[in-house]
Amino acid sequence: MWEQIRSNQVRSVILIALIAGLLLAVGYFLGLYFFDSAVGGLVIALVVWAIMSLIAFYQGDSILLGMAKARKIKSDDAPRLYNVVEEMKIASGLEKMPDIYIIDDPALNAFATGRDPSRASVAITTGLLQKLSRDELQGVIGHEIAHIKNRDVLLMAITSVMLGTIVILSWYASRFLLFGAMTGSGRRTSSRGGGGGAQAIILIVGLVLMILAPILAQLIYYAISRKREYLADASSALYTRYPEGLASALEKIGGSTRQLKSANQATAPMYTVNPFRKEGMKAADLTSTHPPISERVRILRSMAGGASLADYNDAYRKVRSGKQGIISKNAAAAVGAVGIRQASLSVPGELGLAPGKAAGKAAPGTHDASDIMLRLDKWRTVDCECGARWKIPPGFRDNNILCTRCGRRIRL
Amino acid sequence: MLALWIVLGIVVILILFIIGAYNGLVGFRNQVKNAWAQIDVQLKRRYDLIPNLVETVKGYVKHERETLEAVTNARNLAQKASSAGAAERGKLEGALGAALGRLLAVAEAYPDLKANQNFLALQEELTSTENKISFSRQYYNDSVLKFNNKIQMFPSNVIAGMFSFKIGEFFEVTVAAEKEPPKVSFT
Repeated sequence: MWEQIRSNQVRSVILIALIAGLLLAVGYFLGLYFFDSAVGGLVIALVVWAIMSLIAFYQGDSILLGMAKARKIKSDDAPRLYNVVEEMKIASGLEKMPDIYIIDDPALNAFATGRDPSRASVAITTGLLQKLSRDELQGVIGHEIAHIKNRDVLLMAITSVMLGTIVILSWYASRFLLFGAMTGSGRRTSSRGGGGGAQAIILIVGLVLMILAPILAQLIYYAISRKREYLADASSALYTRYPEGLASALEKIGGSTRQLKSANQATAPMYTVNPFRKEGMKAADLTSTHPPISERVRILRSMAGGASLADYNDAYRKVRSGKQGIISKNAAAAVGAVGIRQASLSVPGELGLAPGKAAGKAAPGTHDASDIMLRLDKWRTVDCECGARWKIPPGFRDNNILCTRCGRRIRL
Repeated sequence: MLALWIVLGIVVILILFIIGAYNGLVGFRNQVKNAWAQIDVQLKRRYDLIPNLVETVKGYVKHERETLEAVTNARNLAQKASSAGAAERGKLEGALGAALGRLLAVAEAYPDLKANQNFLALQEELTSTENKISFSRQYYNDSVLKFNNKIQMFPSNVIAGMFSFKIGEFFEVTVAAEKEPPKVSFT
C-alpha cells in the first residue's frame, strides 16, 4: 500500500511539475510584456500562487463544505453512517476519525476533503444515504477514505490552485495584450521601436502560450484526477474486501441524472462521481475529472480472483485491454493474496454472525436517514398506537394531531 | 590517505543503513502494536454489548435458554482470556462469534423481537462491531505480514537479528461451526 502510494506520487509529481512549469512560463512572458523583465512576472505569478495556496491550505475544507452547504453530524444523528465510516477508518488504518457531514440534496454523491489524514472530512448527500444498502455505503465511504489515505485531497488542492493561478494570470494578460495591440499603446511597441523579428516571435509565442496554458493545465489536472479515481476504487475494494458493494453503488449513482446543485467545476474532482456527467461519456474523454461510471463498474465486477490491488490491476488491464495497469507492479505485489468476502446480508460473516435479511434492513434505513435530516431541522416525531409515525414541523402550535390512518387524536 | 577516506565513507554508509533499518523495524512494530490495540477496543465493545442484547432478547425468546446461556458463557470465557496471546484469543472469540450468530439467527423467528427498536439498534451496533473486528483484524494481519517480511528478508533481517526483533503472531479467528457442513435431519 505504501509502495503503491509512493510510485503514484512519482507520476503525480511529474504531472504537477508540468503544471508548475506552465505557471512559470506564463509568469515569464507576463514579465517580458509588462515590466520589461522576466523576474517581475515570475514574482507576480509566485505571489498570486502563494496567496491562493495559503487560503486553500488553511481554509480549503471549510470553504468547500460551506459551498456544498454541508452539515456536521454526530454518531447519534446517523448511527449507521457513523459506524460505516468508523469501519472504513479502521480498515484503512487511518489514525483519526474523519468528521462526517451531510448535504441536504436529493442528488447522489459524496466527497472527501481535508489537507492531511489527521484533519479530514467526508460528506454525503441525503439522497445517497437513503438509496444505498449497508454494503454499498461501505464501498462509497471506502472510496472517500481512500482519497484521504492516498492524500489525493492535498494533491488535487495543490494542482487546482496552480490551475486557478494560470487561468487568472493568462486571462488578464491576454486581455491586456489584445487591448494594447488594438489601441496601439502597448509598452512593448513604444519602448523599443527596433526590436526586430526575434522580438515579434517571442511576442507571438508568448501570446499562444497565454491562450494554450489554461487548456493544457486543465487537461493535466483531469488526467491526475482520473488516475486517482481508479486508485481510490482499488483501495475501496481492498478495504471492504467486497468490490461488488462499490460497483452496485456506482450503478445506482449512474442511474440517476440529477445534478448536484452546489457543485462547480473546481470542486468536481472531490466527488465520488463527476457531478456534471452526461450520458454516454467515452473512455477517452480527456475533459472529464472522473472515468466513466460504466467502466469503473466493469473493472470492479471483473475482480474475480480477489480484492487485492493486484486483482484490481488485472481487471483494469482486462477491461481497458491495455498493457499498462493503473498500479505499479511492485506495489500491486506488496500485499499477498486477498480474498473477497461474502455479501454481508445473506451469508454469515467471518465471525459467524448472521445479520438481518437484505430487504428487512434496507427499508428502515431509508426512513432513518430522512428522519435524521428532519430531526436536524428540529422536527419532532410522534408514534401513534396504530403504528404510524407522524413528523411534526418546528412551527406547529396545536397540542394534538389527528392520525389520518386510524382516526385517533394524538396528544403531543 | 585515500584508502582511509574510502573506509570511513563505507563505515558512515553502514551506520546510516543500520539506523534506517532499525527505525523502519520499530515503525512496523509500533504499527502492529497499534493495530492490535484497535482489535482490543472492538472486542471490549462486543463484551459490553452482549449483556444488553441478552437482556433485550430474554423477554421475547422464552424457549431458547440454552442459546442465551451459550452466548453469555462464551462472552465470559473470552473476556477472561483477554490478556492471552493472539492464537488463544482467536479461538475463544471465534466461539463467541458463532454463539452470537446462532442467537441472531434464532431472533429471526420472533417478529415481535425484530420490531423492537432497542433490538434493532443493538443489532446495528453488533453488526458494525463485528465488521470493525474483522476490519481491524484485516489491518492487523496486513501489518504483521509486512513486519514479518521485513524481519525475514535480506538485508533488514540482519538488523532484526542484531536487536532480536520477534516476528508477529497472526490473529486468526477459527469458527468450528464454519468448517463442518450443517446437519440436517428429516424426522
